[in-house]
Amino acid sequence: MSAGEVIPTGLDLGGASQSAPERAATGVQGFWVFLMSDAVIFALLFATYGVMLSRTAGGPTPAAVYKIGPAFIETLILLTSSFTFGMASVTLNDAGPRRRLFGWMSVTLLLGAAFLGMELRDFGAMFSAGAYPTRSGYLSAFFALVPLHGLHVLVGAVWMVVMMVQLRVFGRDAQVMLNIRRLALFWHFLDIVWIAIFSVVYLQGLIR
Amino acid sequence: MSASAREKRREIRAYVIGYGLALALTAAAFAAVRWRGFTASATLAIVLGLALVQLIVHFRFFLHVSLSRASRDNLGLVLFSALIIALMVSGTLVILFNLRQRMM
Repeated sequence: MSAGEVIPTGLDLGGASQSAPERAATGVQGFWVFLMSDAVIFALLFATYGVMLSRTAGGPTPAAVYKIGPAFIETLILLTSSFTFGMASVTLNDAGPRRRLFGWMSVTLLLGAAFLGMELRDFGAMFSAGAYPTRSGYLSAFFALVPLHGLHVLVGAVWMVVMMVQLRVFGRDAQVMLNIRRLALFWHFLDIVWIAIFSVVYLQGLIR
Repeated sequence: MSASAREKRREIRAYVIGYGLALALTAAAFAAVRWRGFTASATLAIVLGLALVQLIVHFRFFLHVSLSRASRDNLGLVLFSALIIALMVSGTLVILFNLRQRMM
């Protein structure tokens, strides 16, 4: 038996038995499992929200505190950021110039920051209208669900900055590329969660 | 045109189509609520239906989950998660609304 050959026994934790593309495929596959478990957390918060929706305890109702204009603009911003990250992924696959990859990622980051800014302003307006988490069961459920998505966007934005720094320091390293691919999945996934939020939370609340 | 250039064009076209469809579906859902042409329950059904379609569009064009052999594993994972989510969410809603009715 030659020395270079490794026969995997039991758990394969991505050691010498895998080639680089195989490791990348396994790494992305594992990230999908994380995304889907995250989706379960969001789904249960949606269920909680649905149960709590009518429990306003005499406080503000959904129709009174939601505004359709900002919700629409936030949706457009997040959709566009998903598209610009898609263009970054195309540049990544195509081995295009690093400057262009940087540009698309910066645009995505700016759109993410704009989304967070608008969302915080919305929450501020809700607080000043007397709609704060401890006011009623409905508002507790709202502030458990929607800001959790915002927190995910914040984490995505910080991750984006980290990846841009790593791209500058390490260049087109295999690990850096793999992490940018994971970040792309994460970012598109957040957009999917937002579809559910604007449909189930904002639009449902505004239908009278 | 080289194979990689064709591949690139194909990828870009997928993102552009996905973006266009997503924008149209979002606009339709908001328009249905903003200019109410239907009863409340019909509008809700339209909004939730459009959201479901948009979900599929995002998975197909942005996350590249399709019926192709290459993404079969991911499709299985997504569908299984969807089943788990449907069971847990519908179970929660049925049990708690039933409980509320009995407590009235």
